[in-house]
Amino acid sequence: MQAAALYRTSIGKKAIMAVSGVIWIGYVVMHMYGNLKAFLGEAAFNHYAEGLREMGAPIFGHLHLLTVARILFVVSIVLHVWAALSLTQQARQARPQNYATRRVVQANYASVTMRYGGVVILLFLLLHLMQLTWGVSAVHGEFIPGEPYHNLVTNFQSLPVTLVYLVAVVALGLHLFHGTWSMFQTLGFNNERMDRLIRGLAWALAILVPVGFASVPIAVQLGILS
Amino acid sequence: MKFKLRIWRQPNTLIKGRFEEYEVDDVGPDESFLEMLDMLNEQLIANGGEPVAFDHDCREGICGMCGIMINGVAHGPKAATTACQLHMRHFKDGDVIVVEPWRAKAFPVIKDLVVERAALDRIIQAGGYISASTGSAPDANSIPVPKPVADTAMDAAACIGCGACVAACPNSSAMLFTAAKVGHLNVLPQGQAERFDRAVLMVDEMEAEGFGGCTNIGECAAVCPKEIGLDFIAMLNREYLRGKLKGAGSRNA
Repeated sequence: MQAAALYRTSIGKKAIMAVSGVIWIGYVVMHMYGNLKAFLGEAAFNHYAEGLREMGAPIFGHLHLLTVARILFVVSIVLHVWAALSLTQQARQARPQNYATRRVVQANYASVTMRYGGVVILLFLLLHLMQLTWGVSAVHGEFIPGEPYHNLVTNFQSLPVTLVYLVAVVALGLHLFHGTWSMFQTLGFNNERMDRLIRGLAWALAILVPVGFASVPIAVQLGILS
Repeated sequence: MKFKLRIWRQPNTLIKGRFEEYEVDDVGPDESFLEMLDMLNEQLIANGGEPVAFDHDCREGICGMCGIMINGVAHGPKAATTACQLHMRHFKDGDVIVVEPWRAKAFPVIKDLVVERAALDRIIQAGGYISASTGSAPDANSIPVPKPVADTAMDAAACIGCGACVAACPNSSAMLFTAAKVGHLNVLPQGQAERFDRAVLMVDEMEAEGFGGCTNIGECAAVCPKEIGLDFIAMLNREYLRGKLKGAGSRNA
């Protein structure tokens, strides 16, 4: 079947990037929104974190829907990274000899740094999981399983950890800015009338998601959350 | 006006090239970039040297033959302008100007600034036509085409196939070219019968030629002398994905 061979073409790979990207956009928006519950206090935040494990109750049991979601996110990110590597390699091969002089005419910073930003986000993701999900003691000495609010606060009381986090969310914002618009373009939904709407959505995500994420560690640093 | 030129010299596809420095003096501000290169070549010939090879034909900005990287920008610093229509008044007296050929695996250098662009022709051969006997010219408006559709088709058909989009793309992608060549037929009623086959066959040929993929950064549209927009790439993505899902494009198999 021909449609199955789509993954071998650049447009097919980009469609895979777009679809896996939109899944992760959904994830970061919900994650950011969930994080803001830290401002409602320790009990509310811990209740929310525990609630994630009971998602879909009573139809789904303990950890069921969360496990399905985790599989979806892992598969999505693997496909996203695979497509990115494959397309990067194709682009490298397409220009064996580079220009001696090259000037960017109009491309925005976010669009030309997608590959580097992606690497930054991926590395941060691993660090972030080690700090706040797996509780690897080398990166988070005070981690207590089942105490997410305590783990969050103690994690961000470290200034270097907070700074790394802020760099990562800025990288995420840039990635979202080009990725959101690019996704519509790749899937063929963009046109002259839609363009402003899609750009607006890209701006909104690129600002709201990083600001929402950054607010929590900044509040910890300022002593608002403790 | 006086210019210092750093020009890529390469005797043929197989021999490695390198930059050579030249100086041209007494260049008029209203001379085109190619006329300035003509002056350099006359100077080189008079001194027994080998003239710089570059592609050109109409010198009116409509044929698509000329195409060189000028200071790192395809067709030079002026938007919506081919190299032949770029005038020296857009440079400052005494400027150093770097001149390179288009760089892409699919565009091998033939000599100096001349590259082989047959890959683009093969993309058109794969489906950029309507295979119906057309007979004599039909009466005007015998096939109704709404004005906005005709305008869109004309915008795409303005593509002169110069290859600047490929040259400017960090991925050496030919998506803007292919999008224009698919788009101008796919929006018109005459193009409907082969619409999805065309998109699939032309994109598959584009991939086979060794061009890169599109990352939607828009440098192609910014350097396009005919100002073909990124909307056509969105349209091509749509036509191609729909075509693949329908199983189109198998007639050459």
